Amino acid sequence: MFGDLSHLELQQYWWFLISLLGALLVFLMFVQGGQTLLSALGKTKDEKTILVNALGRKWEFTFTTLVTFGGAFFASFPLFYSTSFGGAYWVWMIILFAFIIQAISYEFRSRPSNVYGAKTYEAFLFINGLIGTVFIGTAVATFFTGSNFSVNEYNQSKWDTVYHGLELALNPHNLALGLTVFFLARVLAIQYFMNAIDHDAILKRAHKQLLINGVLFVVLFLTFTVWLMLRDGFAVNPDTKEVFMQPYKYFNNLIEMPLVAIGFLIGVILVLYGMASSYLKPSTKGIWFSGPGTVLTVLMLFLLAGYNNTSFYPSVTSLQSSLTIENASSSHYTLTAMSYVSLMIPFVIAYIWYAWRAVNNRRIDQDEIESDDLHVY
Amino acid sequence: MLESFDLSLVNWSRAQFALTAMYHWIFVPLTLGLGFILAFMETRYVQTGDPEWKRITKFWMKLFGINFAIGVATGIILEFEFGTNWSNYSWFVGDIFGAPLAIEGIMAFFLESTFIAVMFFGWNKVSKRAHLISTWLVAVGANLSAVWILVANAWMQNPRGMKFNPDTARNEMVNFWDVILSPTAVTKFLHTTTSGFVLAAVFVVGISAWFLLKRREILFAKRSMVVASTFGIISSIMLIATGDSSAREMAEIQPMKFAAMEALYDGQTNAPLIAIGLIGDTQQDPMDSTAREDFKIKIEIPNALSYMAFLKADAFVPGIKDLVLGNEKHGIMSYKEKIKRGYVAQQTLIQYKKAKKENSADLSMLRAKFEDQEWLDNNFAYFGYGSYFDPDPTILEENAFKMVPPISLSFYSFHIMVILGGHFLLLFIVVLWLLFKNKLANNKIILWTALWTIPFAYIASEAGWVVAEVGRQPWVVQDLMTTAMAVSQIDTMSVMITFWLFAFTFTALLIAEIKIMTKQIKTGPTKQGGKQ
Repeated sequence: MFGDLSHLELQQYWWFLISLLGALLVFLMFVQGGQTLLSALGKTKDEKTILVNALGRKWEFTFTTLVTFGGAFFASFPLFYSTSFGGAYWVWMIILFAFIIQAISYEFRSRPSNVYGAKTYEAFLFINGLIGTVFIGTAVATFFTGSNFSVNEYNQSKWDTVYHGLELALNPHNLALGLTVFFLARVLAIQYFMNAIDHDAILKRAHKQLLINGVLFVVLFLTFTVWLMLRDGFAVNPDTKEVFMQPYKYFNNLIEMPLVAIGFLIGVILVLYGMASSYLKPSTKGIWFSGPGTVLTVLMLFLLAGYNNTSFYPSVTSLQSSLTIENASSSHYTLTAMSYVSLMIPFVIAYIWYAWRAVNNRRIDQDEIESDDLHVY
Repeated sequence: MLESFDLSLVNWSRAQFALTAMYHWIFVPLTLGLGFILAFMETRYVQTGDPEWKRITKFWMKLFGINFAIGVATGIILEFEFGTNWSNYSWFVGDIFGAPLAIEGIMAFFLESTFIAVMFFGWNKVSKRAHLISTWLVAVGANLSAVWILVANAWMQNPRGMKFNPDTARNEMVNFWDVILSPTAVTKFLHTTTSGFVLAAVFVVGISAWFLLKRREILFAKRSMVVASTFGIISSIMLIATGDSSAREMAEIQPMKFAAMEALYDGQTNAPLIAIGLIGDTQQDPMDSTAREDFKIKIEIPNALSYMAFLKADAFVPGIKDLVLGNEKHGIMSYKEKIKRGYVAQQTLIQYKKAKKENSADLSMLRAKFEDQEWLDNNFAYFGYGSYFDPDPTILEENAFKMVPPISLSFYSFHIMVILGGHFLLLFIVVLWLLFKNKLANNKIILWTALWTIPFAYIASEAGWVVAEVGRQPWVVQDLMTTAMAVSQIDTMSVMITFWLFAFTFTALLIAEIKIMTKQIKTGPTKQGGKQ
């Protein structure tokens, strides 16, 4: 079945899957957003515990999605994996570090004899929430703004600055997306809390936080998007495979791929509608609009970066070293084999759905935190 | 060639990988084994309806959770470290190596993390049966993750199912099944996971012994011990059997690793196995950096090494010297020759790239070499050796000896692992026997031994990692790529900083984990029907 597809078709299929994983990751980073709101929304010890437990049963999905995103990127576009991870060393190391300290914090926070005290672990969660969102957002923005690397004829890559990626975090266009993701994650977290928690004081504070975070998100998102539509993009000549700068490249991509444009618009509308209904009604169901809206919007942004003869990981110092889905991908054979593996994804999503519903079938309240038959964080 | 590598960068990168992998490996074996032990215990609960079994399950589950969290924390870095620190490796073999890593995520990590949520939070939310299935799925998911990363590791030790493409300058997969069903992958998986089962069994037996020593929770401790020691006996037998087949395989595909772990300097027929030994001091020899005096102390089992390696008592087992210098009688090619051939392969690739750039007349002739099976077998098969080439024959020979892995480290790790493996099996048998005779609770010697065996289970486990990974040096991919060729071109200072960052962080987290774990153990299982 997959073996009959051309190499380019398989590359496009895998770029779609990578984009989908990236989109799911951004949505699931509501966990990170929530971690930055613990002290804003929870004033007492019990309130904090409720919040931590609401996130504590979801954090592993985000974490696992990040790991799978890395693994799938490696398998399908190994040149990206070797170039970006080995080059933008410090960016990835900081991101990974932020996730290391997250992984133990839920489990260790409320355990007796945890050496460093609950406050330390809450600080770890905050750091993870801040760095995880901002840095990952910044890293994704480089798909549009470019990085400083060169690749030789053996496809060995070298980073061209001594800061190993840290310089990218200072680019205002990149930072705009980093902060957009940060505030989006907070908005989604608030909506998730509204849906999952039954506690008046927390929900009241959450409602207030929604407005400020929502407004900041919209302003930053618009800034990033308008900037993106107006800037020159990294285009690829389909015949010579030469990379060149094209004015309004990403805007053109939207026009030339109407389905992507429609998906993008629907995604944005869903996010905005979800936010508005959470704030105005206020509805507990907002997350069901903003969540899928986020997935759709981010998915389309990724497709803009990789489809339609565009370089998805451009180099500004060595334009012809820029990575495209064609020159960075695995062989036809490997992509075919991996495509068969990808048939498992719907099945994985189905059992995740089952488990999510099973564990969240009742809103979390004070009683639940006090019950004995439970693993409380 | 050698001087073009920045050795301090390579060594710091290796140190960082070893640090993170060995830290991760402190926690993984317990997850692999304890997952199944939990599943057995909960199965007893569902079968009998006895709430005591539920208490038992929940106590060990709590410890599982604490251990799991830090296992996850130390694991994420490894998934990305292939890229961050071994960037050239990631490209050179990424077409093969990436796939198992991705499958691991899609197939195993999600299974594990999804059902762990049901396992911990679902006691009152899903049916008894659904909860039991979730617990089993966590155990299966954990072991499935091990499958894929071990397939990837086995491929590095015994690369197969691929072909080199000079245009992309990488190896490309041509047979998926050859990669995942290689005998190395199968034995590696079985040996590694069963070692985890044994460690978990030692852990449960040891902690239960502590409860018996304190005369607390007698029923809880005895039941835990029955489950764990039974599981331990079965796993130990499998562990020893797979260790044996793994040794045989190594003798064939990685003879140098095999020679190093037995410190076998001169090859011989009817080779004895050193049961216990103390390696002699290094000798001063300007050519041969590996030369040593004979063992200071040794207890040998006659013919056993020949038998272990080739199932024949009179088989010839090549020593380090035979492998480096070659041995015509036994048809062993010298490293010098392999280095020359590898150099030819590397030069051909360089010429091909040059010809391609200049579009010269040699292009098709050079391209054809990479399609010629004979040329591939005679030259490309030794590609990695080429990095040790030097036109001066004296330096070339010196370089050949530099390809020998650290001998004492391999030897002692291997022997510690084997001796302790025997000790664990014996312990399980004695514990089960005394339990059966109802004499265990008063036998303080055995109980203390059981408790103190816990750290040794960890030592044996880490020693196994050292044998597998240090013994294969200098290869990252056997015969094709050395660690020096594989490393990312970053400044050594950056790697040093991250090394110390991880060393500090992981140690701090380990201290917290041990404190939390011991506190949780001292508190004991929850009182029947109440809060602890």
